[in-house]
Order: sequence, then C-alpha cells, then structure tokens
Amino acid sequence: MAATVKLSQLPVGTSATVRAFPPQGAAYLRLREMGVLPGTPVTLVRTAPLGDPLEIQVRGYSLTLRKTDAEHVLVEPLAAAG
Amino acid sequence: MSDPVPEPPRPSAPAGRLPVYALVGNPNCGKSTLFNALTGLKQKVGNYPGVTVERKIGTTYSQHGRPITVIDLPGTYSMAARSPDEAIVRDVLLGRRADTAQPDRIICIVDATNLERNLYLLHQVLDLGRPVILALNMMDLAEASGLNVRVARLEHALGIPVIPCEAVNGRGLLELRLAMSRTDLPLSRHRWDIPPQIAPAVSELQASLVESDGKQPLIARAEALLLITDQDAVRVAGSTPLSPATAAMLAGWKKRWVDLDVDWSGALVNSRYEEIAKLCGEVVLRRAGGGPPVSDRIDRFVLHPVWGWLVLGGIMTLLFLSIFTLAEFPMNWIDGQVAALGAAVKGAMAPGDLRDLVTDGAIAGVGGVVVFLPQILILFFFLGLLESTGYMARAAFIMDRLMSRVGLNGKSFIPLLSSYACAIPGIMATRTIEDSKDRLVTILVAPLMSCSARLPVYLLMIAALLPGERVPVGAKVGLMLLMYTLGTLGAFGFAWLFKRTLLRGAPPLMIMELPPYRLPRLRDVLLHMMERAGLFLRRAGTIILGISIVLWFLTTYPKHGGDATAQEQIAHSFAGTAGRVLEPVIKPLGFDWRVGIGLITSFAAREVFVSSMGVIFGVEDNGSAAATPLRQALRQARWPGGAALFTPLVCLTLMIYYVFAMQCMSTVAVVKRETNSWRWPLFQIAYMTGTAWAVCFVVYQTGRALGF
Repeated sequence: MAATVKLSQLPVGTSATVRAFPPQGAAYLRLREMGVLPGTPVTLVRTAPLGDPLEIQVRGYSLTLRKTDAEHVLVEPLAAAG
Repeated sequence: MSDPVPEPPRPSAPAGRLPVYALVGNPNCGKSTLFNALTGLKQKVGNYPGVTVERKIGTTYSQHGRPITVIDLPGTYSMAARSPDEAIVRDVLLGRRADTAQPDRIICIVDATNLERNLYLLHQVLDLGRPVILALNMMDLAEASGLNVRVARLEHALGIPVIPCEAVNGRGLLELRLAMSRTDLPLSRHRWDIPPQIAPAVSELQASLVESDGKQPLIARAEALLLITDQDAVRVAGSTPLSPATAAMLAGWKKRWVDLDVDWSGALVNSRYEEIAKLCGEVVLRRAGGGPPVSDRIDRFVLHPVWGWLVLGGIMTLLFLSIFTLAEFPMNWIDGQVAALGAAVKGAMAPGDLRDLVTDGAIAGVGGVVVFLPQILILFFFLGLLESTGYMARAAFIMDRLMSRVGLNGKSFIPLLSSYACAIPGIMATRTIEDSKDRLVTILVAPLMSCSARLPVYLLMIAALLPGERVPVGAKVGLMLLMYTLGTLGAFGFAWLFKRTLLRGAPPLMIMELPPYRLPRLRDVLLHMMERAGLFLRRAGTIILGISIVLWFLTTYPKHGGDATAQEQIAHSFAGTAGRVLEPVIKPLGFDWRVGIGLITSFAAREVFVSSMGVIFGVEDNGSAAATPLRQALRQARWPGGAALFTPLVCLTLMIYYVFAMQCMSTVAVVKRETNSWRWPLFQIAYMTGTAWAVCFVVYQTGRALGF
C-alpha cells in the first residue's frame, strides 16, 4: 500500500482513497453510513473560511466534517494528484 | 445468508382498511415537496407525545378515490438514530411506538442525482419485510448532470415498484398514486449476505426478539441488524424498550466483539454499501459531465474566505431590515385592532370586573401573543427560504469554527441570530440541531440575544439617561451597541459554561451534507411558515393567555375604591404590594417599588415596562417609547428622601437588567413546549434573572462607589 496521510492534511483540490478508520465512535459510524468507507474515493473540495470544517466530495455529493474528525481518517492520495 | 424465516406474501393491511403508508427519505431529497404534492392541504401537524418531533399525517386518494393515510417521517440518512427525529423514524418503522401503528407499507423517496447514499436508507428499509415503493425523485436533475438511471433494471433487481418522478412539478405523481392503490404490492426480492462475523449474532438476536419481544420474524431480523449499528441507542419517550433478555444478549455480543477486535458496525455498513455499489453499477450510466456543477461554482463565491463573509452579512442584514421594517406596519395594525376590540367590548358590556377581565385580561393577553406573529411569520419565511435553497447548511459551515469555541456547532448560529429579532422563532428553529444537549444549550441562551421587544425599554432609558435634544447620536448608538454586545457575550458565555458543566457532552459532530443549491418553492416555504405560526399560536397561546390573566388579576385586585385613578389602583394592587415586598431585594440595584411593579408586569413582555411606567407615574399618553411626558415624569420621580430615582446610573442598570433577565412569558411558554417540561423554563428564569440581579448589583454598587 502506498503512503497514507491524514484526511485533514490532504491539500485542497486533491483526491484520495480512504484507507483506514477508527472502528468505534459516533462520528465514524455516521461517516460510514454517509458512504465514506475504506476504499471510497474522496476529494477535498475546500475548507470553511476559517479553515475548519472541511468540505469533501464523496459519491457525488458534498459532505462536511471537522478537522478533529478528519485527523483520524487515513487516505492514500491519488498518484495523479501527486 | 438469505432470510432464515421466509414469510409468504401476505395482505399488507387487515381487510376493510386501506393500508397506511409511511414516507421516508434522506434530508434534501424532496420528501416534503412530495408529501405536500400528494396530500395538498389535507395535513395534520402535531407532535409525537412526549417528544418534540413533528408528526405530520396527510391524506391522499387512491386511483378509485378512496382515502389513503400517509405519515411523513422526518428526513434521515439512516435508521440508526443519532437524534430524536431519527429515533422517531426508527421507532415508527419498527412498530415500537404505542401512539403510532406500524405503517403497512413504505414509500422510500430517493434523490436520483445521489443514488448511492440515498439507497443506503432504502437498503435498511427493505429489511423491514414490508411492501416498499421506491420514488426516484429529481430525475430531470440527474439527467442534466449526466446520470442515466435505468429504471426497469432497478425495478427488476429490487423486485419492487420504482417510480421515476419530479415532485417539484408533479411529474410521476399519477404513477405513484397508481402504485399506492395496488392491493398486491410485492415484497422485495433483494437478498444480501450478512457479514459472517456478525451473522450468528443477528440470528440469535432475531430469535430473542421473536420470543421475548413478540416481534414478527422479518421485523425482528431488521431490528436485530439495526441494534448492531445503533450504538448510541437514542431513546425517546413513547418508544417501547427492549426486553431484558434481548438487551443482555446484545451487550454480551458487543463485549465479545470488543474482545475479539471485530469491527461489527463497520462490517455491516460496508456490506450494505457493497450491495449498493453492485446495484448502482448495473443501473446507473454516467455520461462525462461538462465542467463543475452549478452549485460548486456558486460555492466558490459563497464559501470564499472573503466574499463568503460579505454574502452572509448581506443576507443577515437583509433579514433584519425586512423584519424591522416589514413587521412594524402589521404590528401597529394588530395593536390598533386589539385596542379597538377592547374598546368596543368595553362599550358593549356593563362596567365591572367581568368586563375588565375580558378586555384587560383576555383580549390584551391574546393581543400580546398575536402581536408577535408578523415577526414570527417573516422570520420563518426567511428561514424557510434559506433552508430550501440550501444556504442554511452553508451558513452553518461558515460559522462552525466560531461556534465551536463555545462548544456548539454551526447549526446553532441561525437560531441564535434569529433571536435578535425574537427568541420565539429562534427557539423553534433549534429543531434542526440534532444533538439534544446542544439544542437545549441553544434554547437556554437564545433569550439573552437582545430581541426587538427590548428596544422600547432601551429607548426609554436612553432618553431618560441622556436628556436634551443635543445629545450626540453617537452616545445613544454607543449605549445601544453596548446592550447588544452584553447580551451576545452573555449568550456565548453561558453556552460555554453550560457545555462544560450542566450539559457536558461530546463535541458536536459537523458531519453534514451541503445540498446542491435549488430554487425554493414558494408554496412549500409558505406552507412551512403557516405551520410554524399555527404551532406557536396553539402551543404557546394557552399558557400566555393564562399568565396574562394572572398578571391582570395582580394589577386589578384588591380594588382600591370606586374612583381610584389607574395610578392609585396599581399602587394598591397585589402587584403594587409585591413591588413593595420586592423593594428590599431590588434596592441594592437602585430600583424602588414602582420600578418593581414594572419588572413584575413586564414579565408579560418586556415592552410592557414602558406602558406600566406610564400608568405608575400617571402619564396618560404613553404611546411612544421616548414620549416626552413620560421621560419628564421619570426625571422628576424621587425617592422618599428626595433623591432622584432615575439617575443616569439607575437607567443604565435598568437597561442591563433587561439585557439579562428572562422577562417574556411567550418565550417561557415556547421553551416549555420545546423541552417538554417546566424544569428548563424555570431554570432559565432562575439563571437569567439571577445573572441580571448580580450584574446590576455590581454595576450599581461600583457606580455608586465611583460617585455616580
């Protein structure tokens, strides 16, 4: 598996594939139910004007989450986005 | 694993009764629009007993004109509940509520532009073993964004009717009604494999639910699957609890999984999404789209680090301008009508206590409620627009960072902001906040935002504080700003405090969809606005009427002779006596018993303070807040010793008192309704008025010590 980074550290505009998640916690169950699962491609669209929360594009729609939650989601940036 | 206990298709409702439908769907998928289109104005809006979740039931007509009941359930992404709204969806669908029979059939509406995530809820709903109709909404938008959903294939794969529709313009409604009229709706033939790690648990729980909880096998299987992911187990009043045997079994399995390091809920959600991905792979064809969607282009501006603030500020300014300018005319008109009605009744009835009870108690009390309506209507109209266009979620997104400083999330922003106009719609708007503790904190602090009813008090006190025509406008504006700032700081300070002490909870989630921008439908916005106004009138009306009559009684009795002036009467009434009893308590704030009467009577609404002062100081015309006669009368008011009563320091203290004190019975009534108990409104009165006293004490005593 290629190197993973935290979702919170993904540069704006880059796409990545979700690799790992904490198994427990209300936030992560909700994220899963909203379709963010290991193997799902996501794109970091933008951050809010004050830098937090983040907006990601997943399965064709926009989802927001806080940086503190995004810190525990590991993603593998797509090679093309470098 | 296919269904362990296959059930034969059965008639989905007892003979002689038409089936009851439940309408479920994700938020922002057009569910309300579809419900309104199906049922028109034939809707009953109420509450689920014991919970502040709206219960909407409507009637539509079958192909042959027979009435069909449709229950509109709150929008949700999943049957695993995170909020009271979602808990209601789960409990109604599982037949856990005594007040709502389990629906016979389910219409699941999905947004065709966002099929994968929407189908997750459908996937859970299919497990329920009830006939399901799938309404594929927004087919036109899906088409426009390059998605081609092959309806026939989807119908074949799921084995249930799939109706493409566009709820906004009524397309597909006829077909949906035809499907709803069918007597022979099939059960879904979709089968999926429960992940092997958890399959034994599901079977055991299912068996236990059948045996110990008296469930039907298919529902039991659906409930068993849900219990496994429903980690928080949000419970709401009126929901039948699990039997001890099943609860113990569930706890046992969870413990075992923790020990074995099994990611049970992850496995379950993953396997559902795998099924959905397979399904979507078959039925959705994607054309290469042309450029980024419109919503993204709008968001580049609306969520821009600089322009975003300007847009937010602009929208909020517009909102407040329209409330203050548009509401004024109808409010004056209502005031006039109420006064005219009171006068007419006074003329028609024989003088006496009964007449005064009707005019000064009941009519004035009801008038005091109705006068809030214009503001509430305008505010809800705007909130409806913001919600249905999709901007509401953006505002929450922009403000989340700031709100998180005090432990709230962005969704508390709009309710708090609305409270600058009036705390009532602000508090009613907190229903969009999922977390119940966050919602309660927002409700508790909302009345600290200086509402428009405080303006007359501020204006009168500023006029008394800074007499003369030559006072620079800047000083007045500065004082006014100071009051608004104090209230705002108070609200955030207490939110911070409550989140750390009384209502401590996990930091709120900000996992929220930013829905695509859509043109609002005026009909839906207006319907929503009328519903809200009706709720306010029905729910708060009776409490407010009761309190008005009590206040009237307090100022009218005991009678002080037949020809006593209003001034003498109020001075000798129970309220007057109470004012004197209160004097030792409020004297350290610089207030005498006459101010005390004003504090008591203005519990009806803050602006009543002005008219009470008019009566108490014997000024007949008290129509305008800064009316010269009242201003002068206040300036001439003296303590028994001869010292001036309304010194600049006292005026300032009084303004500060009104910033913090809970002086509004309508808000108390709404908080009682929204929190379902007297505990929180009483707590709110205590903490707000306590703070008001303490702050005023410090300000007045410090001022005195400094020689003011």
